[in-house]
Order: sequence, then structure tokens, then C-alpha cells
Amino acid sequence: MPDFLLTAAVFILFTVAIGLVRILYGPCDADRAMAAQLFGSGGIATLLLVASATRAPGVEDVAMGLALLAAFASVAFVSSIATAGPEGADGE
Amino acid sequence: MSFALNLLSVTAISAGLIFFLAGTLGLLRFPDTLSRLHALTKADNVGLGLVVIGLLPLADNMLAGLKLVVVWVLVQLSGATVGQLIAQSIRRFGQTG
Amino acid sequence: MIVQTLDIGLAALVLTLAGWTVLARAAFPAVVSYVTYGLLLSLIWVRLFAVDVALTEAAIGGGLTGVLLIAAASKRRKSAVLATERDVTPPLRRAIAVLCALITSALATVVVSLPDPSPSLAPQAVQNIAATGLGNPVTAVLIAYRAFDTMLEKCVLVVAIVGVWSLARDRCWGGAPGAPTVIAQDGALTFFAQLLPPLGILIGIRIFWIGADEPGGAFQGGAILAAMWMIIMMARLADAPAISGRWLRIALAAGPIVFLGVGILGFAAAGSFLAYPAGFAKPMIIFVEIFMTLSIAATLPMLVAGPPIRTPRP
Repeated sequence: MPDFLLTAAVFILFTVAIGLVRILYGPCDADRAMAAQLFGSGGIATLLLVASATRAPGVEDVAMGLALLAAFASVAFVSSIATAGPEGADGE
Repeated sequence: MSFALNLLSVTAISAGLIFFLAGTLGLLRFPDTLSRLHALTKADNVGLGLVVIGLLPLADNMLAGLKLVVVWVLVQLSGATVGQLIAQSIRRFGQTG
Repeated sequence: MIVQTLDIGLAALVLTLAGWTVLARAAFPAVVSYVTYGLLLSLIWVRLFAVDVALTEAAIGGGLTGVLLIAAASKRRKSAVLATERDVTPPLRRAIAVLCALITSALATVVVSLPDPSPSLAPQAVQNIAATGLGNPVTAVLIAYRAFDTMLEKCVLVVAIVGVWSLARDRCWGGAPGAPTVIAQDGALTFFAQLLPPLGILIGIRIFWIGADEPGGAFQGGAILAAMWMIIMMARLADAPAISGRWLRIALAAGPIVFLGVGILGFAAAGSFLAYPAGFAKPMIIFVEIFMTLSIAATLPMLVAGPPIRTPRP
């Protein structure tokens, strides 16, 4: 079972890597703003699988914290575009 | 019993992998930011959900399983919001670089 | 074998993202790349079994620094001062690149050639942990063994916020940062900012509370609480408070003051600065941590909000 979980983790990491390359290349800023969301779903899936396979302690709380912060980061990126446009991002 | 649970885990996680693959293919092949957004926020999200379902039988206790579900809920919430906001920005400002 | 593949894959991805960040042409792609790099780096910390560091990396590198950098990039774009770009000529760039590469390879050589097992105080730290009543050695190091450092870090946060506020125009001193609230718009951001903070506050408090025995702690919990307040401000559901507000200033200063007070109390109670009386260590540590969390949760969003730009209300 741990081997299977680790293989799944490697696979998902691979898809995240390809997705990131595509996203960061993407012609508009709106594309790039999706990077944190990609990490939020793919990266955290990898984390959960690896944690379950290697039995690292206390990782579920870290995963919750990470999911929260990835959510925060993705909305921060996107709202800086959405409220003021890609050329004049208005950070708070 | 444990064999059945392991089988459930393997099936759910494998299905999740298929959805992740589909999501990434969508990211690569769709022609337009809005459709790429769909691929990311929906397919990858379902992939994470299936992975979470697959990991639930392996969790140590109920609280750990609850935390896994909370992670999924958080990612869903951010996916929904990100989708709406990016679409608003594209509608308002067009797809500039 | 599979674990090695995972580790190599993670390392390669993180290095690629770092390269992308350096080579990016515009500010926004660079910031996005940097934040994703930070989030993936936290995965690496988990692989190294440094779970507390992973959470801190995600909170600070991922969340806070990203927001700060975007705000800075947008302010820079609005101002006309872009001349510094032209002062960095290509030969200077090459020299900088060579210097950075030299330093990086020196660091890498040192890390790779460390003796195995490396000299470390970790065994003694874990052995004596029972005296502090804590279960998490990282928290024990932060608040018991090297509490002096941590207290100074909290003081540094106060100095930083004063520094940021000092950038205000004279007539704005005492006012509030950020544009005034428009009528809260309906929409996805408002929904998000109404739904996430309650859950986030619970998670933040939980991560602070379990820091005594499991990975977590005051800084991580405080950073998560700070992120929740930042979301509320970003969605314009609440204004940034005026910097002359009494409660704001109390919240900002509470952490270092309480820490300092407990330290001075250590003279009377246990014989030296920041010593904890035997058997009473854990309650005092938790007491200090509560105010630390409060201060961090108040300071980080005020740092991001920036100097006051509205004149104070009379």
C-alpha cells in the first residue's frame, strides 16, 4: 500500500509540474493567477499521499493549514487582477 | 474487511489519478483561459476529492478523516472563488498579457 | 526507489520554479512563480520531517510575502521611478550571476560534505524536554531554550510596523491605511470572505494550541489568523483600522510586552531572565504564546496594509 500511495504521489506531482509549466507560460496574467489553485489541488494531494505513506506525524493539520494558505494565495492573486486589471494590480 | 477497505482506497485513488491526468491534459490542450480554468478547478478538484475518499479508510481516527474532508472543502471553496474572479477579470479587461 | 523519484522530482520542480522566477520578465509572473516555489518548498520540508517549518514556509513564503510583493509591484508600476533598471548593465548582471553561483555552490558543498551524523544538540534538547512540560521539541526550542531570540523577533516585528508607518505623510499620521470601503460588492469575493474566515480562525487557533505537543505553534497559528484578516480587508468587508486606535496598538505591542514581562518575572521566580519556575513552565509558556499569536495576527496584516494614506478623523 505505501508503494502504491507513493507512486500515485509521484504521478500527481508530475501532472502538477506539467500544469505549472503550462500555466506560468500562459499568455495572460489571468492564466498565471491559477498557479496557486493548481498547487492547492495537486500539491496538497501529493502531500496527503506522501504523508499517509511515510506516516509523518501531524501532517493532517499542516495539510489543512496549507490548503487554507493556498486558498488565500490564489484569491489574493486573482483579486489583485480582478479589481484593477492586469496592468494596474491593486494589492491590499 | 481490511482487504475490502484497501481495495476501496486503491480504486478511489486510481480514479483520482485519472481525473488529475484529464485536468492536466485540459490545461495543456484547451485553447482559451476560460476553458483551462474549467479543467483546473473542476477536474483537479474531483481528483483531490477521490484521493481524499481513498485516504479516508487509511486515516488513524475519525478526527484525522474529518481533517482530510476539511482540506477538500477548502480547495473546493477556493476553486469556486478563483473561477468566478478570473472569469470576471477576463470579462472586464479582456485577455491582455 | 519510488521515494527517491519523488524527492528528485520535487527538487527538480522547485529548482525550475526558482529559475523561472529569476528569469521572469514582469513582476506579476515572477511573484506567482515565487509563491508557488514557496508552497512546493513546504512539501520538501514535510519530506525532511520538519513539519513546523513547512507550515511557516507556507504561511510566510506562500501567503504573506506573495501579497506584499504584489502590492509592492503594483505601487512601483504606478510611480514613474523605473530608472534603476538602466543602471544594471549587462557586465554587472554577469558579475552578479557569477557571484551568486559561487555562493550557491559553496553552500551546496558545505551541506553535502557535513559529517554524518552531524554534530547537533538535538538529543540533549529532546532529553530535557520533560522539564518544560511540552511535547514538541521545536516549540521547546522556540519558547524555552532560546526564548530570548524569539522575544527579540517579536520586538523586531514592532519595529518593522513603526518603520512602515513612518512612511506616511505628516498629515496622514494617525489615519488609516488603504482606500476607504466602498459599499461591499456582491459576488464571489464577498462570499469567500464571509465563509472562509470562521473556518480559518478555528484552524488557526487549533494550530496554535496543538503547537505544544504536535507540529504547530504561535507563529504558524498567528500567520493563519493574519491571513484571514487580510482576506476580509481584501474583500473590502472591513476597513483597515486607523493606526492611532488604542486597541490596535495594544494588540500590536501585547506580544513583546508580555514576553518581556514574563522574562523579568523570571528573575524573581526562578533566578534569571526568562527562566521559568519548575513545574509552572507550561502554563507560562502558553500564556506567552497567546499574546504572541495575537500580536502576530495583528502585525502581519498591518504590514501588508502599509502606511496610512487617509487623514485621521478628528
